Amino acid sequence: MDLVEFQGKQLFKRNGVPVPKEGAVCRTVDEVEQAARDIIQAGEAGMVVVKAQVKTGGRGKAGGVKLAKSVDEARELGESILGLDIKGHEVRVVYVEPASDIAEEYYLSVMHDRVHKGYLVICSREGGVDIEEVNRTNPDAVVKESILPSEAPGGELPRERAEDIMSRANIPDDVRDEAADLLVKLFATLVNEDATLAEINPLIRTEDGRVIALDAKVSLDGNAAFRHDDYDEWKIEGIDADDPLEAEAKEKGIQYVKLEGSVGILGNGAGLVMATLDVVAQHGGEAANFLDVGGGASADAMAQSLGLVLKDPNVRSVFINIFGGITRGEEVANGIVEATKRLGDFPQKLVVRLDGTNAEEGRRILDEADLPSVVTAPTMDEAAAKAVELANA
Amino acid sequence: MSIFIDENTKVVVQGIGSQGTFHAKRNQDYGTQVVAGTHPKKGGTTWDELGVPVYTTVEEAVAEAGANTSMVMVPAPFTKDAILEAYDAGIQTIIAITEGVPVHDMTEVYDKVVREGGVRLIGPNCPGVISPGKSNVGIIPADITKPGKVGLVSRSGTLTYQIMHELAQAGIGISTCVGIGGDPVIGTQFLDVIKAFAEDPETEAIAFVGEIGGSEEQKAGEWIRDNIPDTPTVGYIAGFEAPEGKQMGHAGAIVKEGGPGGESAAEKKEILEGYGIAVAMNPSEAARLMIQRLG
Repeated sequence: MDLVEFQGKQLFKRNGVPVPKEGAVCRTVDEVEQAARDIIQAGEAGMVVVKAQVKTGGRGKAGGVKLAKSVDEARELGESILGLDIKGHEVRVVYVEPASDIAEEYYLSVMHDRVHKGYLVICSREGGVDIEEVNRTNPDAVVKESILPSEAPGGELPRERAEDIMSRANIPDDVRDEAADLLVKLFATLVNEDATLAEINPLIRTEDGRVIALDAKVSLDGNAAFRHDDYDEWKIEGIDADDPLEAEAKEKGIQYVKLEGSVGILGNGAGLVMATLDVVAQHGGEAANFLDVGGGASADAMAQSLGLVLKDPNVRSVFINIFGGITRGEEVANGIVEATKRLGDFPQKLVVRLDGTNAEEGRRILDEADLPSVVTAPTMDEAAAKAVELANA
Repeated sequence: MSIFIDENTKVVVQGIGSQGTFHAKRNQDYGTQVVAGTHPKKGGTTWDELGVPVYTTVEEAVAEAGANTSMVMVPAPFTKDAILEAYDAGIQTIIAITEGVPVHDMTEVYDKVVREGGVRLIGPNCPGVISPGKSNVGIIPADITKPGKVGLVSRSGTLTYQIMHELAQAGIGISTCVGIGGDPVIGTQFLDVIKAFAEDPETEAIAFVGEIGGSEEQKAGEWIRDNIPDTPTVGYIAGFEAPEGKQMGHAGAIVKEGGPGGESAAEKKEILEGYGIAVAMNPSEAARLMIQRLG
């Protein structure tokens, strides 16, 4: 789960990572104007920065981050940034923050490192720009440090290690201590908050010699939601701009990704569902979605999943591809029967391919139910061909 | 022979709820030596469905029932502690089926159990391991396969079943099938399994089923080229149609936007083919390629 900037800063703040004075989250031009007035009139800063809150990079380049010297100018920025399209993400929320006095810009990130099965710290004196670009043109300016969990027990990165990283990145002497402190806290944030990424670009040194996170990019591990009561609070309406069906699936705990085609897909196991999309494409069709009913799918889960797939108006046929392991064939069959009962009449045909644990019993249940909307096929290839044919008919 | 599990495997099941019982019973019916279950409050009782003792701890299951392998079926919030408990009890093969384990938990577990401890940890978020005719630990439906010479390794459960099933229909059996799991951090990688297959005299061909995301398939491919170029090897990478930046079910199945590259199915296929490995476009083709290679 990705957080937008202002959420990332809230997370940083409560973990002791210094951030600018708090701003205001605005959804309308009037709110932007009011926020700018509050900041400028209170003398908190001479200028405000209006920042698009979208879950994608390159906001600055796309014109989604701008400074305003006056309330009127802030209002104009609100008008131009709200509604802006940044890489396919419509800006619905902006964050209006007191502008900081930037003396220098650095880069700092801490992330989970899949390749080395540990953590990775990246630090550079050259921040505020695309770090990948710096890495290409001037790799010596980018310090990358792998950290194993045993080297930072309980998420505590040893202070000497942090200082060493800052020194190798040539962070100036007079702020090096402060930057090392910040890194220790950022590292603890990553581990304790179950984040997989905590990136600050830029990390700034202010005119008065402080080091603060001017930006925040944070991804959280959804699997760890059970131990973070606040994960739900990060879901803010409007920002995610999720597809409504994806949003509904999330609420129901169904693994669903909306795609563009007309063959609805429902299968068990992520790998099998991915393969199902591949096979449908190779038969000249295009999948309407990815949906994994998961292990141990009950009749209820089947019914809910099928209902969701059929809600997509592009769906003209549905390919139900089940290979029983933890999911038992009779449960799947009962789910299909139950789902068709609950959903009433629908025009699409369901092409069912059922194999594996208790598949015979499942097929018997389907045969006995004699559902008009259900077509069975013996293999994945034949089922895909049938589903594509029905979708294109 | 076979790898990781065989007729001498003695399994303790951590997590004896309804799912744990359903699958442990199937494993037992297949002939697997399931010797015990553990439960924090039911120690000293009998696991009725299986007719084996329940202990409070894995340590007791090792000391009293001779368990040498653990199957972890506890819910995700308790998986880290369950694996560490099995490790501390001296279990050398730990097979973690549970899905949804936080990535930081697994990173910590990997560091201690695999990197430092050298224990064989398989999973989590995996279907388990089967050495047909000898032992089945996990949730793989055993009746779709039979003993044979193909070593199969996969990140996906159901996709593995699909391929085993198609091979079996062509009369081809399996030496061992290892489901390594779909999470970003798993105990055993493609390469670990392929190295084990290379040393197993019963395994004469290798099929591997990868997915989008990460780079473990490529590492394995490079090793195959350099070490066992003559072993018939067939691969399939699921997710040719997966859009960038979207997680496809498995926590690890994502092609990162602006990521390091080499994570998409098409890129992986190209890299693997560069190593001389046949890569199919779908699971049925993978089975067909294997059937052809074995002539």
